[in-house]
Amino acid sequence: MTTTTPRGLSRRELISRSLVAGGSFLVGTSWVTGQSAAWAVEVTALRPETMATLVQMARDIYPHDRIADEFYVVAVKGYDTAEQAGMVEAGIAALDAAAQGKGHASYLGAGWERDRVEILRGMEESPFFQTVRGGLVTGLYNQKAIWPLFGYEGESFSLGGYIDRGFNDINWL
Amino acid sequence: MVAKYDLNDDSVVVIIGTGAGGGTLANELAQKGIKVVALEAGGRYLPQDYINDEWDSFGQLAWLDTRTTSGDWRVARDFSGLPAWIVKAVGGTTTHWAGASLRFQPHEWKALTNYGRVDGANLIDWPIDAEEMDPWYTLAEAKMGVTRTNGLPGLPGNNNYLVLEKGAQAVGYKEVHTGRMAINSIDYGDRMSCQQTGFCFQGCKWGAKWSTAYTEIPLGEETGNLEVRERVHVARIEHDDAGKVTGVVYFDAEGQEQRQAARIVCVAGNSIESPRLLLNSASAMFPDGLANSSGQVGRNYMRHVTGSVYGVFDKPVKMWRGTTMAGIVQDEARHDPSRGFVGGFELETLSLGLPFMAAFLNPGGWGREFTSALDSYERMAGMWIVGEDMPQETNRITVNADVLDQYGLPTPNVHFDDHPNDVAMRDYAYARGRAIYEAVGATQTYPTPPYPSTHNLGTNRMSENPRDGVVNRWGQTHDIANLFVSDGSQFTTGAAENPTLTIVALAIRQADHIAREMAAGMI
Repeated sequence: MTTTTPRGLSRRELISRSLVAGGSFLVGTSWVTGQSAAWAVEVTALRPETMATLVQMARDIYPHDRIADEFYVVAVKGYDTAEQAGMVEAGIAALDAAAQGKGHASYLGAGWERDRVEILRGMEESPFFQTVRGGLVTGLYNQKAIWPLFGYEGESFSLGGYIDRGFNDINWL
Repeated sequence: MVAKYDLNDDSVVVIIGTGAGGGTLANELAQKGIKVVALEAGGRYLPQDYINDEWDSFGQLAWLDTRTTSGDWRVARDFSGLPAWIVKAVGGTTTHWAGASLRFQPHEWKALTNYGRVDGANLIDWPIDAEEMDPWYTLAEAKMGVTRTNGLPGLPGNNNYLVLEKGAQAVGYKEVHTGRMAINSIDYGDRMSCQQTGFCFQGCKWGAKWSTAYTEIPLGEETGNLEVRERVHVARIEHDDAGKVTGVVYFDAEGQEQRQAARIVCVAGNSIESPRLLLNSASAMFPDGLANSSGQVGRNYMRHVTGSVYGVFDKPVKMWRGTTMAGIVQDEARHDPSRGFVGGFELETLSLGLPFMAAFLNPGGWGREFTSALDSYERMAGMWIVGEDMPQETNRITVNADVLDQYGLPTPNVHFDDHPNDVAMRDYAYARGRAIYEAVGATQTYPTPPYPSTHNLGTNRMSENPRDGVVNRWGQTHDIANLFVSDGSQFTTGAAENPTLTIVALAIRQADHIAREMAAGMI
């Protein structure tokens, strides 16, 4: 898990020091946290608002209601680099502009998934959208920590395979 | 023990590639006392090296050199740089293959005769037939330990198979079983039996699945006649003024250019690299590439009519447990044009892990329709369609001098358009797959588009008439007597069956021919 809690900040402090509350996120000078402050991520190259928007965008592209924000944060954290920041800031700015074109304050300001998905549909051919979506295919689904949430068991060689562990245990046919 | 030949030794047979074709040919020739240098672009990975993690394994084994794509197939849009999912390693794609080992049906050797002319298709008959191939298939099955041959029992069916079997029987199919697989159901040939581990596509860590990497190659090396050079990339094949090939130029593991002399050269780099190499070997005498007087080098690229159907149920299946290709429905493999297409198809179980399911279920897809399918992953069963596709002259490998690889060599472009017969067969097969799963209670089914090609065929095809193809009935090029093609690119047509068994049978037969011709001083 690459998410980190900003050093020494309690949930109360996090919330009190947040600058903007957008959607279900709180952002500070160099960090983003969920409303519950169950997780937080520090950003170095991206604006924290941008990271918050990116996390929401990731969930809207591949929405799994059983999967916590942390996993989406891990999936997009790699964009927080000096090399990627320009591309991402421009992409998120375009996303916010598209949201504003539909009467929302920003992408995060569009409070309902249906509204945000409509914004995304309008830009799904854009290189930025395709970059983020394509990156999520591995960034999200290749996290071993989420595999159990889908029932997927990963490798079994170390356990001797399934020859004696239920390769043919289906009982409802 | 392991042979080591001089670069100037012009008495050796040089084989380019060590997969099903090249690896088998290398061992067969070595067993006959013939000196062989096998050149392999990839490194040597053995069962202890294989990684049971889809993306990590892909990074270890997949052929990822620069390639481009064109045509109306979805692969060109969704995986534009990855037309094929094949392997760069000693053993080639026999590390990755699922193990299905089916003989061609007799009528499939004579597609033109039995299907008649098909508009837009470049159909011809193979110059060989089922009767001629029978003994070679028998040898291949024994070599590979194919289940349900030679008294070897079938593999036990896993959960994914049991769903397929029940659904297939419910819709009236009769030929439903756990396949003829080159995966040991009992210990055989120094290899242990299948432990139902899954990850067949990532290299079998038990060695239960036949792969030239740990069968043919070490057996050939033990004879003292076979030298395998790893991580070397062949740039071109050279010839003399008489039009006979004389050696190959390659880049060694350090990137240094080398030249190995040869008495005979056998090309076995799979159906993209093999024609690419012949085309990149163009010379003043052969301006269109070696062995290309017919103009057919690179043409008639086939990839089988494929696609998958995934069924979702209300209870768990856990399809990833056990053999990936765990069973088959063969009733639709017949030729029956009343279905609206010529040729036939097999339905074979298939499963992907969660990471690859996310990548291949509906490439480019997103939103709740997509995630709803993945949320059902544990309750999914899956099958793969393998059907005969039509050879088309315009489906072809070309070389692109504007896009160079890491050695400065022109790269291959893979162009593929579906033939209407391919589309009709795929749509029919999707519907049959859906019916199978609905018959056993599927609450949802998904048709999945073809993955990057694993069965790459036809780009140096075999023909009776030199005008129609690149190689003769022995895989010997029509134009150059000491130049052979030894992989699936020599396929005249693709048939409905997974190609590896036929590639191996042809390689055993070709070795016999080469040895005979060498002894007779003909080549």
